Amino acid sequence: MAIAKICGIETEYGIVWRGIEDPNPITASSVLINSYVTSLAERAGRPGSGLRFEWDFESEQPGTDARGFAPLGALPPEVESHLVNAVLTNGARYYVDHAHPEMSTPECTNARDVVVFDRAAELVLQRSMETAARVLPPGQEIVVYKNNSDGKGNSYGCHENYLVDRNLPFGEIVHGITPHFVTRQIFCGAGKVGSESHLHTARFQISQRADFFEEEVGLETTLKRPIINTRDEPHADPIKYRRLHVIIGDANMSEVATFLKVGTTALVLAMLEDGVLPRRFQIDTPVPALRQVSCDLSLTEPLRLRDGTTATALEIQWEFLRTAQQYASTHGLAVLGADTGERVLEEWESVLTGLEQDPSQVADRVDWVAKHRLVDGYRQRHDLDWGDPRLVALDLQYHDLRPDRSLARRVGLRTLCSESEILRATEKPPTDTRAYFRGTCLEKFGSEIIAANWDSMVFDIGEESLRRVPMMEPQRGTVDHVGPVIASCDTAAELLDRLASS
Amino acid sequence: MQEQEHVRRTTTDRPEQEVEQPTPSTEAGERLKAELDDLLDEIDEVLETNAEDFVRSFVQKGGQ
Repeated sequence: MAIAKICGIETEYGIVWRGIEDPNPITASSVLINSYVTSLAERAGRPGSGLRFEWDFESEQPGTDARGFAPLGALPPEVESHLVNAVLTNGARYYVDHAHPEMSTPECTNARDVVVFDRAAELVLQRSMETAARVLPPGQEIVVYKNNSDGKGNSYGCHENYLVDRNLPFGEIVHGITPHFVTRQIFCGAGKVGSESHLHTARFQISQRADFFEEEVGLETTLKRPIINTRDEPHADPIKYRRLHVIIGDANMSEVATFLKVGTTALVLAMLEDGVLPRRFQIDTPVPALRQVSCDLSLTEPLRLRDGTTATALEIQWEFLRTAQQYASTHGLAVLGADTGERVLEEWESVLTGLEQDPSQVADRVDWVAKHRLVDGYRQRHDLDWGDPRLVALDLQYHDLRPDRSLARRVGLRTLCSESEILRATEKPPTDTRAYFRGTCLEKFGSEIIAANWDSMVFDIGEESLRRVPMMEPQRGTVDHVGPVIASCDTAAELLDRLASS
Repeated sequence: MQEQEHVRRTTTDRPEQEVEQPTPSTEAGERLKAELDDLLDEIDEVLETNAEDFVRSFVQKGGQ
């Protein structure tokens, strides 16, 4: 039986610090996050307490490999624990990662909630630009971009995470999901002007990230990036669960694209857990195929398969969809969240149909199509060469998060969530995962919490030793489990006593 | 499991295809095109004023 597909997204944002010589990106990231968190504390009447909630690195082990070994010469990612690191009352983590501000959404039970919290993250970054502007000298500004490449060979990630049954052998995941990761970009690629690979000279590509992948499977995330990342750090009971850490995706501006990216991937993983995904369409050379798909705007190029035949990316996606429709009728889609599974199937079929008939039909939901229309329209109107910097500027500005500058917000993308939902999600956690416990405790007992991470919280209730509350089950700590208890307690000490006796 | 053999083809019997962007012909396509024209009319107002400088200075090191 497949398990509930608890999921989330972590996004590294691009930043530009204007009006300063030699801007330092780590400082810029810190200013964004510090100024935002400080403004929250001031608003809550706790000036100076902005960074009280520190991330707790106790259980972080990003160097552990899902294959059970560390390949010779592999570099485990570094955890930079001295950098700014905050936990928000919506259960999200907001921090400096390497040289970027990064936001991890709280754990969600379904793809639609991920969209809401991903949009809420954008809103937090927008507010951070405003709070940063208030502390910077006049004439300076920090601008945030939700994209994955600077066009000069530097990439930064938008990673997805999915809870997976530990009983599913890792090799099955690799075989089953690689064809999905190579081909899903046709509906969740964010589009890019130009090439950042010496292997091709594309003028426009479907994917932001395809140029940066060199391996099929591996542990790295910053160099020699692999299609399947093997980081084995479940942030949950390691006997029962894996967390599949997906590093291949683009950051999407389109809500439907984010919904499909997460929803289809969760569905493919559920099918793998239930053993219903046939091993057909094994792509012969996935890494070159990834670039081949990214460069083929016509969506007609055949990919070589291991059995000697070929299939296009669209054909492979149709096969995944047909298998998923069959799976829905035999197994149901409860593990994808209440009504979300059916909605994923509908949107998936609709987007593949549109891409097959005429990609311009999906310009209202597929980022690369929307961006290509915009850039190519501008190019034709002004009779520009593809190498013109104005076209690259348009590409970058598609991802600009300033409401008055963002081109993505002007191209008519269809939305899935309401403004009020997004607004609420900047403060309130999902109610149906442990993020509820994390976020609600931070809001109510913030002054008694000294650290938090994905699978535990540390309380200081004035006793000699600190109290750590483990949260190894992502689906415990929900409003149903702990809502009434938290509501009836006035202090953290009372809460811990009640939890210990229950 | 449904048979999906009809979508599987060998490289030899697949005809060469012209790589060409399809042009929108439907009513919805016309509407989208009109909207795009409107956007292109006003886009210069929001575009970065010095595209070349902007693109050159957009450097993002140290990402995952």
